[in-house]
Amino acid sequence: MNIAETGVAKSPLQKAVGHLTDWEGFLLAVLLVTIIANASMSDVFLTVNNQINLFQLSIEKIIVALIMTLIIINAEIDLSVASMMGLAACAFGWLFHHDVPIGLAVPIVILIGALGGSFNAFFITVMGLPSLVVTLAMLIGFRGLARVLVEDRGITDFPEWFDALGQQPLIGPFPLALLIFFALLVFFIVVLHFTGFGRYVYMIGNNKEMAVYSGVAVNRIKATLFIASGTISALAGILFAARVGAVRGDVALGFELDIITMVLLGGISIFGGRGTLFGAVFAMLIVLNLRNGMALANITHHLQTGVIGVLLILSVLLPNMRGMIRQFRESRASAKS
Amino acid sequence: MNRWSIADLSPQALRLLALLAVMVLVILFFGTQIDRYYSTRMFNRVSTSVAIMALIATGQALVVLTRNIDLSVGSIVGFTAYAVGGVVTRFPDLNPAFAIGAAVLTGAAFGAFNGFFVAYARIPAIIVTLGTLALFRTFLVEYSGAKSIITADLPEWILSLPRTNLFSIGNLDIRLTFAVAVIVVVVVHLAVTRLRIGRKFYAVGSNPEAAVVAGIDSRRIVFLAFIACGALSGLAGFMFLSRFGNITVVAGLGFELKSVAAVVVGGVNIFGGSGTVIGAMLGAILVGLLDASLVRLQYMSEFWREAILGFLILAAVAIDSVFMRRLFAWRYARREKLQARLSAEGKAKGE
Repeated sequence: MNIAETGVAKSPLQKAVGHLTDWEGFLLAVLLVTIIANASMSDVFLTVNNQINLFQLSIEKIIVALIMTLIIINAEIDLSVASMMGLAACAFGWLFHHDVPIGLAVPIVILIGALGGSFNAFFITVMGLPSLVVTLAMLIGFRGLARVLVEDRGITDFPEWFDALGQQPLIGPFPLALLIFFALLVFFIVVLHFTGFGRYVYMIGNNKEMAVYSGVAVNRIKATLFIASGTISALAGILFAARVGAVRGDVALGFELDIITMVLLGGISIFGGRGTLFGAVFAMLIVLNLRNGMALANITHHLQTGVIGVLLILSVLLPNMRGMIRQFRESRASAKS
Repeated sequence: MNRWSIADLSPQALRLLALLAVMVLVILFFGTQIDRYYSTRMFNRVSTSVAIMALIATGQALVVLTRNIDLSVGSIVGFTAYAVGGVVTRFPDLNPAFAIGAAVLTGAAFGAFNGFFVAYARIPAIIVTLGTLALFRTFLVEYSGAKSIITADLPEWILSLPRTNLFSIGNLDIRLTFAVAVIVVVVVHLAVTRLRIGRKFYAVGSNPEAAVVAGIDSRRIVFLAFIACGALSGLAGFMFLSRFGNITVVAGLGFELKSVAAVVVGGVNIFGGSGTVIGAMLGAILVGLLDASLVRLQYMSEFWREAILGFLILAAVAIDSVFMRRLFAWRYARREKLQARLSAEGKAKGE
C-alpha cells in the first residue's frame, strides 16, 4: 500500500465497513463460525438450494424486520406486525373467496395494511399514547379481525400460478419474496444511512425533545414509519399466503417476538438512536443459519428457540461486561495514582 | 371553594372509581343482552378464570411500576403448572402446602433469574424477558419430553380446589381461588402503598436517577420486583393446574401480553412510577368479564370477540389519557385562579 492510495476517496463499501461497530464485527465473527460449523457438519448446507431455502423459510419475518429496525431506532416498537400479517393474509383469502381477481385483491390488501398502520400512527402521534400500548392492543385487534374474516376455515384453493409465485424461483434461482427482500434491503439501507430522513430517525430516537425543538417534524416521521410498517407487514402476509398456499386465522401467530429478537440481536438499542441495518442483517443471517444448521443436526424447533433466546441475552450481556471490566480497571488505575 | 368535589380525589382513586363504573355498565349492558346473565354459573366462570390473571397482572404491575416489563410470565406459568402437576402425579400424598410452596418458589427462582440480569447485569428488561420467554418455554418442552399432564392422574384435592367454596353471598359463591387472589392483591397493594420498601417501587419507577440520589438501592428494588412477579406467576401456575388439569407444553402461552393489557387497562403507566395494584386487578377482571360475556352474546359470531377486545383496550387507554390530561389542565387552571385571587387579596390588605 502506498501513500497515494490513502488519499483516494473511500468507496461506499469501505464507508459501510467503516460504519461497522465493534458489536457488528462480533456478529460477523459469530456468523462465520456458524457457517463454517454448519458446512462442516452437513454436505448440503452450502448448496445454493439450501441457502435459498434457508431464506425462504423465514422470508416474511426478515422482510418485516427491516422496517422494525427503523422503528426501534426511532425509539418506538410495533407489536402488531404479525397480527397485521395474519389480517392481510386472511383479507386476501376472503377477497379471493368473494371472487375478487388477485390483481385487484393484492392492492386492496396492501391498502388495508397502510390503513392499519395509519390507525396505529394516529393513536401514537396525535393522541400521544405509547406505541407499546397501542400496538399491543392492535396485536389483539388485528388478529381478531383476521379471525372474523376466515373464522375457523382454511382457504387453500389459490390458483397454481399464485402458489408457484411464492414457492418457485422467479429470476435465476431466486423466488419473488427473496427479490423483494433484497430490493427493500437496499432501499432501507439508502433511506436510513444515506438520507436526511434517516438522520432524523436517529435524532428522534436519541432525543425526541431535542428533535422537536430543532424543528424536526417528529410526528410526521413517526407516522411514516408506522404506515410503512403496516404496509410492509400486509405485503409479507400475502407473500406468506403464496408460499404456504394456505390461509388460516393463526397465520404468522407470534412472529412479532422472532422479528424483534432479530432486530435487538443486531445491536439495535431498545432505547432507540443506536444500531444499523448492517447489524440487523448480520443478526438475521445468524438466526437463519443457526436454525437451519440446528435443523440439519436434528435439534428440535423449541430448543432452537431457546438457543436464540440465550443468544439475545448474551448479545447485550457481553458488551455490558466489557464496559464493566473497563470501568473496574479505570477505577483501580485511578485509585493507584 | 370549600365544597368537596369529586375532582379533588387523587387521579388513582378516580381511575379506580371509573373502572368500577365501567364494570357496572358492562354488567348492566350484558344483563339486557344475554338470557340468565346474572347466574351463579356466569359469576363462577368469570371469577375462577380472573383469579389466575389477577395474580399475574399483580406481578406484572409490580415490575411495570419500576419501569420494566416481564414478558416471560406466560412461560413461568406454563412451567410451574407442568412441573407441579408432574410432582403431584408422582406423589399423590404430597402435602398441599408443599405443592403450593414449590410452585411459588419455582416461579420466584425464574423471577430471580430475570431480575439478576435486569438489575445487576443492566440488560433492558424487554430483552432479558424476551429471551427467557423462549428459554423457559424450552425448559418446559425439554422437561416434559412431549408428554402431557392428564386430569385423571391428578390427586382429588387439586381437582376439587377450583370448586371449593369459601362462603356464599346470597346465591353467589365466592370460590377459594378467587378469594385467595383478592387477598393476595390487597396485601400487595397495602405493601406497596404503606410500607417504606413499597414506596421505593414508585420512587424507582418515576425517576430512577432521583431514587439513587435519595439513597435507594434501585437495583435491589428491581430485583425484588422480578422475584415477586415470578412468585405470583408461580402461584398462578398452580391455580392454572388446578383449574384445567390437562397441562400441555403450550400452557400459559400468550399470558405475557394479556397481563400487560390488564395492567394497562388498570391504569398503570407503562413507563413506570404511577398506577395501583388494585387497578391492575380491576383491569384483569374487566378484560376477563368482557371476554366471558362476548362469548355468550347470541347474535354475534364468537369470532368477533378478540377484535372487539383489542379495540376496547385501545379505547380504554385513549379515553384514560384524554381524561387525565383534561383533569390536570383543569386543576392547574383552578390553582392559578386561586393563587391570583389570593395574591390580589394580599395586595388589597397590604395597601
